[in-house]
Amino acid sequence: MTTNILEMRGITKTFPGVKALQDVTLNVARGEVHAICGENGAGKSTLMKVLSGVYPHGTYAGDIVFEDEVVEFKDIRDSEAKGIVIIHQELALSPYLSIAENIFLNNEQRGGLGLIDWNKTNSEAVKLLARVGLRENPTTKIMDIGVGKQQLVEIAKALSKRVKLLILDEPTAALNDEDSDHLLNLMLHLKGQGITSIIISHKLNEIKKVSDAVTIIRDGKAIETIAKADVTEDRIIKDMVGRDLEHRYPDHTPNIGEEILRVEDWTAHHPQDPSRVMVDNVNLNVRCGEIVGIAGLMGAGRTEFAMSLFGRTYGSRISGKVFKAGKEIKTRTVTEAIDNGIAYATEDRKTYGLNLIEDIKRNISMASLGKLVKGGLVDDNEEFKVANEYRTSMNIKAPTVLAKTGKLSGGNQQKVVLSKWIYSNPDVLILDEPTRGIDVGAKYEIYAIINALAAQGKGVIVISSELPELIGICDRIYTLSEGRITGEFPIVDATPETLIKHMTMEKAR
Amino acid sequence: MSDLETKPASSTAAGGQVNPSTSKVGTWLSHVVTDLGKNGIFIALIVVVVLFSFLTDGILLRPQNISNLIVQNGYILVLAVGMVMVIIAGHIDLSVGSVAAFVGAVSGVFAVTWGLPWWLSIILSLLVGALVGVWQGFWIAYVGIPAFIVTLAGMLIFRGLALAVLGNANIGSFPAEYRALGNGFLTDLFGEFDLDPLTLGVAAIAIIALVVQQLRTRKGRASYGQEVEPLVWFVAKLVLITVVIGMFAYALASYKGIPVTLIVLAVLILVYGVIMNRSVFGRHIYAIGGNLHAAELSGVKTRNVTFWLFVNMGVLAALAGLIFTARLNLAGPKAGDGFELEAISAAFIGGAAVQGGVGTIGGAIIGGLIIGVLINGMSIMGIGIEWQQAVKGLVLLLAVAFDVYNKRRSGGR
Repeated sequence: MTTNILEMRGITKTFPGVKALQDVTLNVARGEVHAICGENGAGKSTLMKVLSGVYPHGTYAGDIVFEDEVVEFKDIRDSEAKGIVIIHQELALSPYLSIAENIFLNNEQRGGLGLIDWNKTNSEAVKLLARVGLRENPTTKIMDIGVGKQQLVEIAKALSKRVKLLILDEPTAALNDEDSDHLLNLMLHLKGQGITSIIISHKLNEIKKVSDAVTIIRDGKAIETIAKADVTEDRIIKDMVGRDLEHRYPDHTPNIGEEILRVEDWTAHHPQDPSRVMVDNVNLNVRCGEIVGIAGLMGAGRTEFAMSLFGRTYGSRISGKVFKAGKEIKTRTVTEAIDNGIAYATEDRKTYGLNLIEDIKRNISMASLGKLVKGGLVDDNEEFKVANEYRTSMNIKAPTVLAKTGKLSGGNQQKVVLSKWIYSNPDVLILDEPTRGIDVGAKYEIYAIINALAAQGKGVIVISSELPELIGICDRIYTLSEGRITGEFPIVDATPETLIKHMTMEKAR
Repeated sequence: MSDLETKPASSTAAGGQVNPSTSKVGTWLSHVVTDLGKNGIFIALIVVVVLFSFLTDGILLRPQNISNLIVQNGYILVLAVGMVMVIIAGHIDLSVGSVAAFVGAVSGVFAVTWGLPWWLSIILSLLVGALVGVWQGFWIAYVGIPAFIVTLAGMLIFRGLALAVLGNANIGSFPAEYRALGNGFLTDLFGEFDLDPLTLGVAAIAIIALVVQQLRTRKGRASYGQEVEPLVWFVAKLVLITVVIGMFAYALASYKGIPVTLIVLAVLILVYGVIMNRSVFGRHIYAIGGNLHAAELSGVKTRNVTFWLFVNMGVLAALAGLIFTARLNLAGPKAGDGFELEAISAAFIGGAAVQGGVGTIGGAIIGGLIIGVLINGMSIMGIGIEWQQAVKGLVLLLAVAFDVYNKRRSGGR
């Protein structure tokens, strides 16, 4: 028996238009905590999906050796049967079921007659919860506990499957410091019980705290694996970025004019639970030609703010005032918002941004069909022409504008979304996580597009959880925490440290 | 001048993997293949027609039978037009059969019991259909109850109302002008001929209009640098369509001429075809079915679109009810039984997607015709109603299975 529990050899995985992984080799020693580090879109999650069978054997090249045996997983159940459990960023729990029911979902504790033995289910659940240090009644519904606790439930669920290799995909991204600490300590505790784990993260301090080795992935390639003794932040950053930090963002010379949008006292409540304040008295403004960032952790209310502003597509009991170029405007419906020159490109392209079964042309025209109407009918030749112009100017990589958007890579899909909104000719664009899930090359193009929009005198609001990105492209950054604006920084004052401090600033209780 | 040489450069890019050295033949072939793929349903109809004309020793294609095929399936086709739109938007309407029966009964009251003029009866009946649509659209679009539930309730409600209006009896017989909607023919304008000149004239005009329209579309597309199909294939397709229309018109002309139902249908297909392809309303229907959230966030007034969609369905269900009643010359309690399922089948056989977002008016019409030809052919062969039913079900299942298979193969999810 070798010391390695897992060896991934020469893994290559391609998607249409993108080489997501290129000859990646990863060795994980038995009983260690192995960190995988890299930028968004570097290929970390793809690698883990290959490992866990989300991408089945045959859709990638290379070998996976687990416990000295070549394995060919057809789906996630195959990998779980071997003891590999992955916990995704988006938790896979059913909100309306209890903690115990979730833990034993598809692994039900049965008694006589094959019926579910509820006493056993709940008592086993309590034991598992104790192992992860969660004191909750196993009959509590998942929707009634916080994200941090939900994460622990996921781990308890993994333990119930006799996990040997636990994979955590950015487990602390949505957690506050206290929950994060608890989780990291739990990982060390599980290590003591002989469970090997892989943690995907780009938070350097937590990597240093828990991991025995770090593998850095960049642009789909494994750059190197560093042993604990040799880990330094500088070395990791150098590996992750791989190039001069200066040139990750296109040059941007701000030419800032008059105020174009001002939001005053904007408050929105949770749509189902109107007693919860999700956006709390937000005041902010954008000027012509300015790129303004909103920095906040997941759950800080960034998207909630943007969507409640954009046609009240989120929330209830919304109040506040919006001024455009000094004049008060209403944005009660999406149409009203668009007519007032506001555009919102969603963080979730596939669910909220695109009609994936429709072609590029019809997606681009969607928000401004009225412009194409001639004699009561849509001029589809003109539509084709317009779409083709955007295909060229935005460098959308597709053979024709008749290609379905569902077949495009993330970067090209995002360019279609941006084309749609640019064609609606807005004065203010709110871009929510504009580079999420996009490979590095396309990111640069998106930044260049954002710069070009600002250069045309439009006001751009960029919402992002990637601080380097905000610092790289914005002229001014607001920090958002628990629905409130906690700080405003001209770009010269915006250091990651100050931003993070304000992003995690909690309400006085 | 050969069109092959004047094709814009972008068309080769569309060909994708076509090797440049064989690009002419290659693009030509790829055009034929994609067209066959796109028109697979049309080819299926031709196959079914050819098959049954053999099995029935040619009876299927006799003038009288062709005329019957249209008249017998007219009301289903009218429903299929509305149904495919509802399905594209991601909804369903189970109530159309009951609504047709209800409106048929109400029209009996208008035209027979009250003795209103035939035209007023028809207009009032269509209005009743619109009101039914308003009722259902309100619950679906503004209250947010799934269409399945609302129209399932509607199926019961309007069947009940139909029975209440009829009061356990049939209403008949209807004025001749009213009956023409289901039974009438556009003849006798020029007197009696062996071959009705009006039918042939209309067919000629239709063919000319079609060719002119196709040519203009082609020219328009080419002038915008869009890919156009090779000239040979374009001409071949036009010739094929011309021949089909010609044969069809000849058959009608040698029987009783153009059925009024066919005129109604032709107008519906034209108008709704344009609405679905070229109007903002139609585009919004596709957008809603493709991705409701994305449509909403693009400023589509999804609720209003859904509401009007069901009002439209109500009117079309009313029209189908009128045609059916006119054909039987009787408003009865069993009218419209199972129509909803036939219309839904037609839409799905015609390529509409169960998840919404995909489908065409033309596809639904052809889907309806396929069912019609199957049933008609089997009836001629003397196959019992029980087997007809089973075959109908099987065809629906296979058509959708084929569609799902096709999508999976092309990698779409």
